[in-house]
Amino acid sequence: MEITTVGLNYLNNGYGLKSWLLTKDHKRIAILYLLSITGFFFLGGFFALLIRLELLTPAADMVQPDTYNKLFTMHGIVMVFFFLIPSIPATLGNFLLPIMVGAKDLAFPRINLLSWYIYVLGGAFTVVAAATGGVDTGWTFYAPYSTSASNSHVITAGLGIFITGFSSILTGLNFIVTTHRMRAPGLTWFRLPLFVWSMYATSLIMILGTPVIAITVLLVAVERGLHLGIFDPALGGDPILFQHLFWFYSHPAVYIMILPAMGVISEIVQAFTRKNIFGYAFVAFSSLAIAIVGFLVWGHHLFVAGQSTYAGLIFSILSFFVAIPSAVKVFNWTATIYKGAVSWDSPMLYAFGFIGLFTIGGLTGLFLATMGLDIHVHDTYFIIAHFHYVMVGGAIMGYLGGLHYWWPKITGRMYPEGWAKFAALTVFIGFNLTFFPQFIVGYLGMPRRYAMYAPEFQVYNVLSTAGATVLGAGYVIPMIYFIWSLKNAPLAGNDPWGARGLEWEIPSPPPTENFVVSPIVTEGTHQYAPSREVGIGH
Amino acid sequence: MSGHVAPKTMYYAVFLALLAGTGLTVAAAFFDMGAMNNVVMLAIASIKALLVILFFMHVRWSTRLTWVVVASGFFWLLIMFGLTMTDYFSRGWVEGTWR
Ligand SMILES: [Cu+2]
Repeated sequence: MEITTVGLNYLNNGYGLKSWLLTKDHKRIAILYLLSITGFFFLGGFFALLIRLELLTPAADMVQPDTYNKLFTMHGIVMVFFFLIPSIPATLGNFLLPIMVGAKDLAFPRINLLSWYIYVLGGAFTVVAAATGGVDTGWTFYAPYSTSASNSHVITAGLGIFITGFSSILTGLNFIVTTHRMRAPGLTWFRLPLFVWSMYATSLIMILGTPVIAITVLLVAVERGLHLGIFDPALGGDPILFQHLFWFYSHPAVYIMILPAMGVISEIVQAFTRKNIFGYAFVAFSSLAIAIVGFLVWGHHLFVAGQSTYAGLIFSILSFFVAIPSAVKVFNWTATIYKGAVSWDSPMLYAFGFIGLFTIGGLTGLFLATMGLDIHVHDTYFIIAHFHYVMVGGAIMGYLGGLHYWWPKITGRMYPEGWAKFAALTVFIGFNLTFFPQFIVGYLGMPRRYAMYAPEFQVYNVLSTAGATVLGAGYVIPMIYFIWSLKNAPLAGNDPWGARGLEWEIPSPPPTENFVVSPIVTEGTHQYAPSREVGIGH
Repeated sequence: MSGHVAPKTMYYAVFLALLAGTGLTVAAAFFDMGAMNNVVMLAIASIKALLVILFFMHVRWSTRLTWVVVASGFFWLLIMFGLTMTDYFSRGWVEGTWR
């Protein structure tokens, strides 16, 4: 394998702090995002750790119930708005999308840098809210508690979310314009990597949905500060209106978090089975279908909130429809793996983890979309387990898989594969040990968001806390060997996996301008067996 | 994009129209029109928004793609209002539920 890391690349092209903080290079901005979201990931993880420690015993003996309310609220806010939503789009998406479309940068490099500063500003508000006493409303900010009753830092945290929303709108805008306008000659829509399709679908949700959450938290702040009656019935408002507005964004937001991971898995599955995806168009359009149908289902969060039963019926049926494009993806990945030359490298381990765990998370979502069953498990640990199977088992597995797959491209170095396999396995085991017991204890009736619980639930909570410890270790290990690899690991070369795609044709790490000569594209990505394309063979 | 250059007078005219709309909103607040209150207020607000989008945001002179983008934004707003209304309008339909 030829080694081509010598020469100027985006990492050694300028070293000062200024060369990073004022950069317009999408790859450097991706690194800035990577560092900041990693910080928030460990902050959110720290809150999760405290939650799990408190739940080790049925009594509220480690922290006061008030403190516990703040812990799960801050865990949710940090993980959802400051880690999961920017995770793949702002790091891997920022780094790879221009390269995958054969461009030198995103369409609006300055706006890209601006989006990071906006993110940091929003994050600062959240950190201030946490440091000055926290918020206790839950990450959902339900009114009228958030507008009239809570005496915690609702406005500060709300403003943090309002501000950060603009960073994701700008990222989405940048991605959409880049995909439309900056594709290399010959790179037709149906030759685009599936990762780009998933980024495109994600960007649509960011642009169409985020303004609604921004306005909603602003309305909460307005009602809290100026006592305008919007959500509080005592002031003439309607609390269910808050839930409609909140979930109009926050259900699609779940797809902002999972669609990018699906795009990553599509890439990994092709590269590590040496096969072109089964049913490219179906996988590509299923991303768009998920993005669009995802906007029509929010009422499934309101089944027991006082929403009309008839509206509940409509939302229940529509929610079932989302299962179709999701299942298309799972079946097509499986069909791709079938009879493929599967190699068991660490990115592929994460992909296998994703497919299995997302299937469980997705199918339990159908339980919850069923109105009768939802009444039984609403606001129990069953919901927590379902959500974490999709978000941790799905989105974070995809994120870690993608980080491992593209790490050689981003840094120019490999990582210790043995440790990576060990970490992937640790994450998988720790994850299931943490969250599977929560399905059971939730079904048995343990409600969410309480510091105390009935003694008969303790065994499940002990299992869960033990699992969380293992899971935490599984996240720290990659962090250590990734940092270690920067100086010590062997050089990666252009294409360490033997994968096909524009990003693997350029040096690792890529030069600042990505392509010295603008590429001309003649076929789609991951074409490993030319005979299959023309329909010869099996 | 080449960018359409509109005469300054047009901006002043639109600005005055927006001020008039605000005045009309305030004036309308003094009359109780029952169920029509919201309808009238929202109608005035929509006309003002339309003026801003068409003239201040230059959509009137923009490409078809821009029109599609703007229209889809409105369509999404309609989805939000429409599906929310399935809740509000059907709450009284079931015996024994609230309201
Ligand atoms: Cu939902």
